[in-house]
Amino acid sequence: MKKVMALVLALMMVLTCAAFAEDANVIKIGVFEPASGDNGAGGKQEVLGIEYANSLVPTVTIGDTEYTVELVVVDNQSQTDKAVTAAQTLVSEGVSVVLGSYGSGVSMAGGEVFAQAQVPAIGCSCTNPGVTSLCDYYWRICYIDPFQGTVMANFAMEQGAQNAYVLTQLGDDYSTGLGFYFQQAFESLGGTVVAETFTEGTSDFTAYLNNAISAGADVVFAPSSTTSASLIINQAASMNVDFPIMAGDTWESSVILDAVKGTSVQVYCSTFFDERDESNTVAAEFVAGFKEWLNANPDKLTNNGGNDIVAAVSALGYDGYMVALEAVKAAGSASPADIAAALPGVTYDGVTGAIAFDEIGDAQKDMAYIKLANTETGEFDFVKTQTVADLG
Amino acid sequence: MFDRILPYLLAGISVGGQYALIAVGYTMVYGILRLINFAHGDIFTAAGFFMVYFAAAMPLYVAAPLVVVATVLLGFVVERVAYKPLRSAPRMSIMISAIGVSYLLQNLMWYVTGGLAKQYPVLPWISEQITIGPASTKMATVVTPVITVLLVVALVMLIKHTKIGMAMRAVSRDFETAQLMGIKINSVISMTFVIGSFLAAIGSMLYFSNYTTVTPTIGAMPGLKAFVAAVFGGIGSIPGAVIGAMLIGICENVIKAVGYTTFSDAFTFALLIVVLVFKPTGLFGEKTSEKV
Repeated sequence: MKKVMALVLALMMVLTCAAFAEDANVIKIGVFEPASGDNGAGGKQEVLGIEYANSLVPTVTIGDTEYTVELVVVDNQSQTDKAVTAAQTLVSEGVSVVLGSYGSGVSMAGGEVFAQAQVPAIGCSCTNPGVTSLCDYYWRICYIDPFQGTVMANFAMEQGAQNAYVLTQLGDDYSTGLGFYFQQAFESLGGTVVAETFTEGTSDFTAYLNNAISAGADVVFAPSSTTSASLIINQAASMNVDFPIMAGDTWESSVILDAVKGTSVQVYCSTFFDERDESNTVAAEFVAGFKEWLNANPDKLTNNGGNDIVAAVSALGYDGYMVALEAVKAAGSASPADIAAALPGVTYDGVTGAIAFDEIGDAQKDMAYIKLANTETGEFDFVKTQTVADLG
Repeated sequence: MFDRILPYLLAGISVGGQYALIAVGYTMVYGILRLINFAHGDIFTAAGFFMVYFAAAMPLYVAAPLVVVATVLLGFVVERVAYKPLRSAPRMSIMISAIGVSYLLQNLMWYVTGGLAKQYPVLPWISEQITIGPASTKMATVVTPVITVLLVVALVMLIKHTKIGMAMRAVSRDFETAQLMGIKINSVISMTFVIGSFLAAIGSMLYFSNYTTVTPTIGAMPGLKAFVAAVFGGIGSIPGAVIGAMLIGICENVIKAVGYTTFSDAFTFALLIVVLVFKPTGLFGEKTSEKV
């Protein structure tokens, strides 16, 4: 009996392997994003941008043959341990290039797997410098945290803040990294900083907010996942705090808008892109097309948080996909090694601005958009743009 | 000085009250079955999700009682399916089963909700904002300790003065003898789970009114801390669980107030170790006498 079972199982494995055999004219692009967990909401929006790009440009020509692009989407669950498994799934699926992830911690965890398998990855919205500097197979199309932290520190100073309270999540590379760069910049501008950390799974933030009050903080900088963010904002609202709360790109999300709506809490965040910025024609075209696509697909609209506000991460997802295709074209091959070799030379004028990589693998992005969450309309109001040059 | 401490104390008492409602569930089940019901924290989370979904489908005055009923039913079913068949098995098996149920519930919730955080509905009155001296907070913060004390007093009365209460005490003393005396232990044990789940349901309403995000794993931390509270107060003792929970809630917040935010959780678990080393039976635990 056992022998029969073993035989059947073995046969099944052979058959499944056969089923997965490569189709000659398909190139697989891995989408390495969270669809659940603390950053699930944002990850879904980034995937939307990638899917939209794929719906516009579903094929790529290599040599003289036209290849169909197949997206292989995995869920890294916003957790560094799950991210490794998700990354391995992509590698064993035989993807040529990987896009993602939302969240720096998971990108760094997945990066090791991609490096080992020598599959190039393009980070769309992961901002921790370590993602690219610690991994030779990671490139990135957004700005990084030393810049973002400096931007927000300058902005906080301009708003008249002198004492900042920085709250970050222990063990979250994005949160602690951005908090550190903010603190560094804010202190070098002459401000004082009290920094504290919370652990994963914390729901009670009242003690932290009370600490901010007793430290005499006139601004709170709390880069964290959107799940923690909505708790922080909720509790800040019920405590009637009078200082503004600031954070990085993660907070540009419908989750934040829902939390802020109807309260008196001022929430600022920096981000990569503004949907109402008309100066870039590529961007305007993208925004119009993306909104139409969202409204035509109820499922996609739900994934976007139930409205058609274009998140910066969707724009980055779109650009990431386009850059990946450029790299495939430049490589003239679907092999990961050739794409990795071609990536450093790729340039692309995207929705979020011109993209060209430096020797570390980071795009030379030097503009951040600062936005304020409107407590009445439940939308983001554009405040200002800031470039490195402005900072002097 | 008082102005500075008051907000922390308020938060501490409120969190303590919520831990207490969960801790009572742990301690009662332990008292009777000698089982640590690891799934209890997940039943608390499930109650949160029930409210999210029920409130979306029906008016709140229907949804709230229904949440309590559904949670109680869940607790009851868990006992019948996962613990009852193991009644005569070694105690270790039933504990492993409890861990299994905990993960099963967590993963089920992950699957059903898609793993995204859900916003808890706004409950009237207890979600309202009030100001006490310098501190502004939600009504739930103030109401929680009061409700906790009322419920626990009612529970103690039930155990001391009713027939089912007497049966519970008898079963907790000696399983076999109680059975010989004609007590239907299965219904007594079910009752224990029903009461525990009822308190978890009430606790979840108070907890999530304050901390309005529900995720599949959110019950894990409060569940663990409630467990520590139950051990601290002397597992098996209901007033002990309440006092233990209050102390832990307040200590946690005071430690954060002093500036050791990173260590507030570490403190809770260090406390567990210290209590186990120096007073294994906890503050109010019954002394174990060797049976001859």
